[in-house]
Amino acid sequence: MTDATHKPFVRTQMLQPSAPPLREAGVVRWLRENLFSSWFNTILTLAGVAVIWLLVSSALPWWLNGVWTAGSLSECREIIAASAGEGASGACWAVVNERWNQFIFGFYPVGLWWRPTLAFALLFAAMGPVLFAGQKRAMLILLGSVAALVLVLVTLAASAVPNEVAKVTDAPFVWKLALALALLTLGAMIVLTVMGSGKLLWFTGLYPALCFWLLWGGPIWVPVGALFGFVLLAGVYAALVKRAGPGLAAGLGLIVALVWWLFLDVPVTVALNEAIPFGLTAVQSDQFGGFLLAITIGVTAITFSLPIGILLALGRQSDMLIVKTLCVGFIEFIRGVPLITLLFTASLLLQYFLPPGTNFDIILRVIILVTLFAAAYLAEVIRGGLAALPRGQYEAADALGLDYWQAQRFIILPQALKVSIPAIVSTFIGLFKDTTLVAFVGLMDPLKGVTQIVRADINWKGIYWEPYIFVGAIFFVICFGMSRYSMYLERKLKTDHR
Amino acid sequence: MALAHDAPKDSFRLSMLIYDTRYRAITIQVFVLILVAAFFAWLLNNTIENLAIRGKEFNYGFLWQRAGYDIGQQLIPYTNDSTHFRALLVGLLNTLVVAVLGCIFATILGVVIGVLRLSKNWLVSRLMTVYVEVFRNVPVLLWILLAYVILSEVTPSPRDFKAAEGVEPAASMILGETVAVTNRGTNIPAPLVDHSLGGFEIGGIPINFTVLAFVAVLVMSFWANARILTAARLRQEATGDRPTTWWKSLLVLFVPVIALSVILGLHWEIPALAGFNFKGGILVAHSFTALLVALTLYTAAFIAEIVRAGILAISKGQSEAAFALGLRPGRTMQLVILPQALRVIIPPLISQYLNITKNTSLGIAVSYLDLRGTLGGISLNQTGRELECMLLMMAIYLTLSLSISTVMNFYNKSVQLKVR
Repeated sequence: MTDATHKPFVRTQMLQPSAPPLREAGVVRWLRENLFSSWFNTILTLAGVAVIWLLVSSALPWWLNGVWTAGSLSECREIIAASAGEGASGACWAVVNERWNQFIFGFYPVGLWWRPTLAFALLFAAMGPVLFAGQKRAMLILLGSVAALVLVLVTLAASAVPNEVAKVTDAPFVWKLALALALLTLGAMIVLTVMGSGKLLWFTGLYPALCFWLLWGGPIWVPVGALFGFVLLAGVYAALVKRAGPGLAAGLGLIVALVWWLFLDVPVTVALNEAIPFGLTAVQSDQFGGFLLAITIGVTAITFSLPIGILLALGRQSDMLIVKTLCVGFIEFIRGVPLITLLFTASLLLQYFLPPGTNFDIILRVIILVTLFAAAYLAEVIRGGLAALPRGQYEAADALGLDYWQAQRFIILPQALKVSIPAIVSTFIGLFKDTTLVAFVGLMDPLKGVTQIVRADINWKGIYWEPYIFVGAIFFVICFGMSRYSMYLERKLKTDHR
Repeated sequence: MALAHDAPKDSFRLSMLIYDTRYRAITIQVFVLILVAAFFAWLLNNTIENLAIRGKEFNYGFLWQRAGYDIGQQLIPYTNDSTHFRALLVGLLNTLVVAVLGCIFATILGVVIGVLRLSKNWLVSRLMTVYVEVFRNVPVLLWILLAYVILSEVTPSPRDFKAAEGVEPAASMILGETVAVTNRGTNIPAPLVDHSLGGFEIGGIPINFTVLAFVAVLVMSFWANARILTAARLRQEATGDRPTTWWKSLLVLFVPVIALSVILGLHWEIPALAGFNFKGGILVAHSFTALLVALTLYTAAFIAEIVRAGILAISKGQSEAAFALGLRPGRTMQLVILPQALRVIIPPLISQYLNITKNTSLGIAVSYLDLRGTLGGISLNQTGRELECMLLMMAIYLTLSLSISTVMNFYNKSVQLKVR
């Protein structure tokens, strides 16, 4: 049967694989899998396309026809009608162009804009050591950009004084001096970072007083006096902690500091100011407004609510019945009523609860109430984190012979806080959004306060999309940034191997 | 040979109050209690002094005085001759109606968006992500104000609906010529009955027998339907065959209501243009609509995230096990995924419901007269009794919040894992 002349065919080379069918490759396959995998998905896709088309077709011309320079809404409309034809829709960004300063600064004196600008830029430098602890590269980038920001923004803000404005300004050399000092400080911080020193936290500690002084102005002795109280506290604590234990030392330190703040601070600072008068032009609280106000309230409340929230959460977990009951009562009360009622308490009821004749700043009152509000929510969030820890962690801390505060500091809180980071940050985001509610106690928040003023102007009557989009976009950027940062932090601190 | 010392004698020294852990807790608590008591005494003392300075006294007598202002939206009869207490009730009901409707709509919308965000459809899941991020990261106050401004400034005025000779009217009614959205409000059809069953009043609150009859019939229908389904389940468990129930359910659920409507002569009064305004039907104020729409859209974004997290929290093994048992995807979702996801979803959902209830107080931004607007707004300003009004208002909000969380916590307990 086998024939020597007739060789059977044996393939020596592999065939090229044939291309997959068209519907199983490339774009077509992706479309089939992701958009048209079933009849229901096809309907969804078509509906999605329809929604996008609807949005784009109505918003795009409006966006493209936008006018940036005009004196009033009617002028805007004339320009749009002239350029895009009668009946065309167009955005009138001129309102943002003309009134951006009110959205950002409220009625803060024009000549002093450099002060909140500087305070805002330095805020990042102050947050750096906390947010990017131990990361040299991130810190250097941050400090470098803050220095550049300070240089550019402060110069811009200080020279942005229109001539016709009645001038409420400091002496002209003041901002240059401040700028030089700020750059010097940033330079020192950069050097310290390069050397790998942990001393940067000092700036974070000093920042609240500095920020307060820059924003409200007045004699420099007021923030110095307030800081001195903390110095006293730290001094007493350091002197007594060896002999009396941390709890008692902290308590005594607090009493000394309170005595200073309540009885000695004011006379001493007044005397000092008379001896050496040095300060910035004072700015009243009712001149604050816009995002300056929102960020001031938001950042202060965020800073102070976290420690209070932690203490409340620990109190709620405590074995001491009275402490626990008080914490639960406080938390449930605050969480049970709307923030608005608490703000009204700040504006209407504090005059009943405080000794007759006392009257203190409305922004400060609002900040206190917002801080307490956020602290109650944070306490619940942190309690969740504490409850998530296995019992063994507490027992291990006990077995190592750590006392309560040591166990909390080294074992419990680092883990509990890490678990609750996403929830903590979303509480912060909620708090920042809630700063808009201060409009209801007569402060000028960017949303209701300032936008209402702009819309009440005869030139801009009837405008609504543009100011709301502007304000909403800024809120979005800040809040979205915070949530992204929390994701970064979660990834950074992740130590498990899932 | 060294012996261990005896335990020290339990002689009490004063320093043990601080250094001995057995006594320290008591010391701290007594100290805290004294501080808190002193603080409250100080507050009380200040309040009494301040009241004396202002020549006021603390009493709630003003609640029974004439209110003297009008409220646009009233669910129970109210005139400006009514008392402040009645204004409070009207405001409370206005708060509740927004809160309840907001919870229902936000839950429906939120669940749909949360599920769609997990969909395999690339386009739809991206769209939903954008929705969630946009609505979550902007203050709810902006949505309320924007919705109100758009509703009251963009919508046509009633006279635009008028058809002039030979000219088409500039605006027309929507939803089959039944709903008219004008710059004064939204006119919706009103249900009317020919043969009313009458009603009576208890303490000024009207009880309508017609509404009661409809509620009773609906409750009975749902109860009967539940009985039918239970019977079918028992039969299935006993014999393995499930009797057909869909036609029975339809019959029980719809026939009684339709029969009652026919007997009572239910019909709809559709708003119609009369002169320069719409007559007939119910006029829903824009403040209500704006508040409801904004709260719904805003909270739905949060609920969507909760639902998504809940579904993602169920490990993939659960659905794989269900598929291995031969369950179809729909049944897997219904029988395996959802019951477990609910346990994760419900606790945060409760706090979203509480948030809606508390956020209704933002109605003040669009002059919606809820509890905050009546008791904490106009009544407070007219009588000048800040202390009484604010304390009462806080107490009411606190009661509302605590009752909602109590009810929802009961529901939560019923779906939580039963551990033997």
